Amino acid sequence: MLKGSVGLIALGSLLLSGTAFAQEKIKVGVTATLEGTYTVLGEDGIRGFQTALNTLGKKVGDKELEFVIASTDATPDSAVRAVRKLIEQDKVQILLSPLSGDEGIAVKNFAKTHPELTFINAASGAQETTYVDPAPNFFRYNMDGAQWQVGLGKYAYETKGYRKIATVGEDYSFIYTQVFGLVLEFCGAGGQVTNRQWVPLGTKDFASVIAALPDDVDAIYLGLGGADAVNFLNQYQQAGGKAHLMGGSIMIDQTILSSKGSAKNALIGTIAASGQADTWEDPAWQKFVKAYQDSFPPNKRFPSPSLLATNYYGSTMALILGLRQVNGDLSNNQAKLKEALAKIELDAPNGKIKLDSNRQAIGTNFVTEVVDDGKGALFSKVVKVIPNVNQTLGYDPAVFAKIGLPSRTVPECKKY
Amino acid sequence: MSLLQSTQLRTEPTASAARRALVRAWPELQNPVAWLVALILVIMPLIANGFFLIEIFATTLILGIIALSLMFLAGYGGMVSLMQLTIAGFAGYMVAVFGMSGNANISLGWPWWLATPMALALATIFGTLGGALAVRTEGIYTIMITLAIGAAFYYFTNQNWAIFNGHTGINTVATPYFWGIDWRADIAFYYVTLGVAAICYFAVQYVSRAPFGLALQGVRDNSRRMAALGFNTNAHRVAAYAFASFIAALGGVLQVWNYRQISPGSVSVGACIDILIIAVVGGITRPIGPFIGAFIFVILRTFALDLLVKFGLDGNRFRLLIGLGFLAIVFWSSDGVIGLWERWRWRRRKPSAPTRPGGGRHG
Repeated sequence: MLKGSVGLIALGSLLLSGTAFAQEKIKVGVTATLEGTYTVLGEDGIRGFQTALNTLGKKVGDKELEFVIASTDATPDSAVRAVRKLIEQDKVQILLSPLSGDEGIAVKNFAKTHPELTFINAASGAQETTYVDPAPNFFRYNMDGAQWQVGLGKYAYETKGYRKIATVGEDYSFIYTQVFGLVLEFCGAGGQVTNRQWVPLGTKDFASVIAALPDDVDAIYLGLGGADAVNFLNQYQQAGGKAHLMGGSIMIDQTILSSKGSAKNALIGTIAASGQADTWEDPAWQKFVKAYQDSFPPNKRFPSPSLLATNYYGSTMALILGLRQVNGDLSNNQAKLKEALAKIELDAPNGKIKLDSNRQAIGTNFVTEVVDDGKGALFSKVVKVIPNVNQTLGYDPAVFAKIGLPSRTVPECKKY
Repeated sequence: MSLLQSTQLRTEPTASAARRALVRAWPELQNPVAWLVALILVIMPLIANGFFLIEIFATTLILGIIALSLMFLAGYGGMVSLMQLTIAGFAGYMVAVFGMSGNANISLGWPWWLATPMALALATIFGTLGGALAVRTEGIYTIMITLAIGAAFYYFTNQNWAIFNGHTGINTVATPYFWGIDWRADIAFYYVTLGVAAICYFAVQYVSRAPFGLALQGVRDNSRRMAALGFNTNAHRVAAYAFASFIAALGGVLQVWNYRQISPGSVSVGACIDILIIAVVGGITRPIGPFIGAFIFVILRTFALDLLVKFGLDGNRFRLLIGLGFLAIVFWSSDGVIGLWERWRWRRRKPSAPTRPGGGRHG
């Protein structure tokens, strides 16, 4: 009995330790989806983050950055749990989080309960995160899903001649935002979206979805990602699907284009739009690709960085440059850092990025087409570059507000 | 029955009748370790900081409460229900829907003292209805039907946008604030959780020894004989579901206050299984088991990643470590940690006696 009591007291005193120590370092918490459907995306995000550290270094003035990484599974609750752990246990002062759309909405709301800390979005792209009731301490240096689709609708209608399309997408905020961007532009140009199918995140059996795909459309738009996208492609190929495809930003991405097996070949010729294009000739992009490739052995990375790697790279870059501008000064609830972050203009690998008044990125978008490099590797080839894409997609803010928030049925297929 | 056994062992012939009755009702009053654990839990805010207080201990207590409801059903009723987390999640969702949250188009904005009883009542009804379905089955079929309810609820929340707001879930759920105290502040919330956990623990302890609980155990052991004696066995079982649902609902309300957010991930099938793991690891023969199981679970879940990285291993494999931990516990003791503890005590008391204690039966 005595032994047990002594043990408990020892445990208690153990918990006491590790509370207070002098802080010479700046602690930064990072989350990524290292579990579940989006594991591959999370892993490449972390690669982009490490590439940024290799390129920019970890020093800010005389202080050293220290990073703690936590894992999530693309669900909002896992993101909130991870962020809380980082803040409360690891005592991080700045967060680089999260990766996925719904995580972003939850973390933005959580950020309001910690107004003294700074949150930098790592890669999530739901519109609501920064458009509705934004948190003053939440900064997003990547565009949202709708911005990433700019150019695709017009290109499909005018150049490819598609008139009727159907969409298949994962049933959550980021894909709603992507379809929102697509539908707005495609229907605005005169096209028709006849059918929108939504599948739960983490779907493995797509048989009923594939059976329900309409035959009388010119193309099918796929808004899937990670394991879902690979599963769909495998089953679509086995079912003998032959339709023209269009892809969302995480569908036509190295996370899918470098997957094993032949299913991905169904994607050759697919048109897509995203915040990056694998074969862009811009020197800054090429330099980033080289840095990414040099940072990891070929079997531990993709042939070219995915959108997630690019986003994590951009966010990390913003963080380090912002901290350097204020010389690591985090006093007065990080006020100086927040001011610097809001003003910073990034020369990101995927084009210039600056923030609007909601701390949402205005950046460059790319329309791409999937090509085979002749050696069996697939890349997205740039066909059009659109600079200065803002969150209202060029619409007048009042008109844009009338369209409504992205959901299963919003926007309607018409010209706004 | 381990319960009866421990009461018999502890009564001293010299004690007065009143004292004996008290001791029979609450044997833990006699146990110095129980007093010590209670004392440590009460003064915990003095020794643990915010993270340990909430993320470890409050979370342990919340998961323990939900697992306790499963322990009650499985241990005393012989019904392994996998929908306890679903009931808790339902209660959490109802708090978010009836109360205040960031999703003003869904939440009705009732004050917490109206929304919470409503959530508890609805979740209890939900659980009782589920139980009424499940009592028609036994053993593996009960597991299947309750798992089916859990899975159906998960997919429903994922796809329903009108009430449950789909995959995004409901964010920024308001938490109680009255008497000038923010009850979600770390220390206040810890005591709320501790209080609810204690009430649930003693309620289960009490019910298990009350005529209803004894009849329930009778139904578990031989339902035909109980039916022949004139007991309505199905009614007993449904009542057990109702009681367990209420406990699970309390856990669910605390859970949503803790995270201020609820989404389908909180009620996923994986999370339902976690509750079963917690109950099995802790041991389902005594009400303390689920809390011990929850503590082990929370510790592993929180620190496995850091531990692997510290040893220079790939942090991504942390689920493996969690799985191995559970395998080890279940391998060495089919009654969970409680079983290990009892066996160890048994051995110390009677070195010559056979090493296995009676141990409670479970489904």
